[in-house]
Amino acid sequence: MKLPGTPYKDVDLKEGRIPYVEDKPDAKYRFSAGIAMSRFLEELKNGRIMGLKCLNCGRIYVPPRTFCSYCFKPTSEWVQVKDTGIVNTAVVSYIAADRGRMDKPLVVAVIELDGASPGMGILHKLGNVDPEDVKNGKIFGKRVRAVWRPEEERTGSITDILYFEPMEGD
Amino acid sequence: MPSDVYIIGVGSTRFSPSTPELSFKELMFEAAVKAYNDAGIDARRDLDAIVSASEDYWEGISIFDEYIPDQLGGVLKPVFTVSGDGLWGVIHAYMLIKTGAFNIVAVEAHSKASDIVDINSIWRMAFDPYVIRPLIDNPHVLAGLEMNIFMENLDVDRDAISLVVSKNRANALNNPIAPYGSDVDPDMVSESRVVSYPLRELDISSYSDGAVVAVLAGETAARDLGIDAPKVKGVGWVSGSSYIEEWDYASPEFVWRAAQMAYSQAGIDDPYDSIDVAFIDDRYSFRELQSIYALGLNDGYSLNELMYNGVIYPDGDLPVNPFGGYLGCGYPLLAGGLLKLYNAMMYLRSAGPDTVESALVMARMEYPSPSAAVVILGW
Repeated sequence: MKLPGTPYKDVDLKEGRIPYVEDKPDAKYRFSAGIAMSRFLEELKNGRIMGLKCLNCGRIYVPPRTFCSYCFKPTSEWVQVKDTGIVNTAVVSYIAADRGRMDKPLVVAVIELDGASPGMGILHKLGNVDPEDVKNGKIFGKRVRAVWRPEEERTGSITDILYFEPMEGD
Repeated sequence: MPSDVYIIGVGSTRFSPSTPELSFKELMFEAAVKAYNDAGIDARRDLDAIVSASEDYWEGISIFDEYIPDQLGGVLKPVFTVSGDGLWGVIHAYMLIKTGAFNIVAVEAHSKASDIVDINSIWRMAFDPYVIRPLIDNPHVLAGLEMNIFMENLDVDRDAISLVVSKNRANALNNPIAPYGSDVDPDMVSESRVVSYPLRELDISSYSDGAVVAVLAGETAARDLGIDAPKVKGVGWVSGSSYIEEWDYASPEFVWRAAQMAYSQAGIDDPYDSIDVAFIDDRYSFRELQSIYALGLNDGYSLNELMYNGVIYPDGDLPVNPFGGYLGCGYPLLAGGLLKLYNAMMYLRSAGPDTVESALVMARMEYPSPSAAVVILGW
């Protein structure tokens, strides 16, 4: 079907036949980590995953927060949780940040950590996982363990954990 | 008949030039806990909805409204964001209650200005990209354009404007949440460094971090809680043209129209006679006098006389920004209007209904938006 209007191509934009003004943001931020996230990030350097417990309802939040989302009380008790857990959900992503297609897909999962309340956990990458296991659902409920960056290379970042991988025998 | 709407609780953090010890969520939580405690409500049980005021560029997080619920007690409740100043949020909450479908609604706004590495780079993104951005990159240029013609057209003295700074910085000394209270001599203002003539450094409110939450309720909910609270007598909000070349820089009509909307709802014919105290825009010193004029609050006085005769000082006929305004509390970005509302509530409560019948709260959406909101509170 022939559509009305004047067709144009990329080259028309590049050669200035269609007027436009180019600009880009220069926005920079330094996000204060605050009480909960500061300790969480600092403890990652020590190979520890910390949560905060609500003494009202008993939920253990990981990553930690100073308030309980469900009973709106302050959380006040620090709890170390394990670096193991089960896969709640996972995805095989082929899309890179620039929207290009990645040859080797990234497997990302939500992991419910041992010691945190059910349903509480962190989002991280999965390594040493066959993408087919994500596609066919075998990954759900699989036990995984954190693979840490060498201690001297840790910076107090979520990337101090390189990825989670399936535990042997599971 | 729609219910009257009351402000049944307010909570605020202390405002500060920077807050590296707290995340934005922790700052919001502190204000929310204080406000809900002030209102005597259980957020999880009693809140019907939450309105937050924020804009993604100020936060550094896209789709920021998704980051609102947890720290305000709003998980699995109706929550939405107004992309503008918190006073617009108050008006949205007021309208929600007026529908009859909501009884208790909280409004939140905050500033984490200190988390922004170069704040002018954010202001710059607010300007029109075609014909303004290539020319100017900071809002103080526009403030200078306003101030110059305002002083000329309305015959306002430099000394009168400098006195606004002295007054508000001194007023902030009596406000426990204000960080910029000080004894500033008017000459210090007039001789401070020129930023964009005639605007000088001390004419500009410094930034501040902080969070404010207000709790609004309909008549039944307020009565059930047993709270004798000020009610919202009228609201108004108006936007002018976004073409900054077309503004009336001396006397902003959008402020006047927003006020007329609020006065009409509140049944106010003579604003000077009816309004006992005003908490109005002073992002820049001259704006306080400019706003008084646009709000019709100068009565028979010239703008110079308002200062020289002490009319708008705390013990004058019409105290204006008696707890320090932005000049004394800092300019907390989109939390500005709610901060003014918080100060108004403190004033109303301490003065009591026998002394103060009506308080006017006014905020502007900052450059390049020509928008104003007015809320009139009273007993």
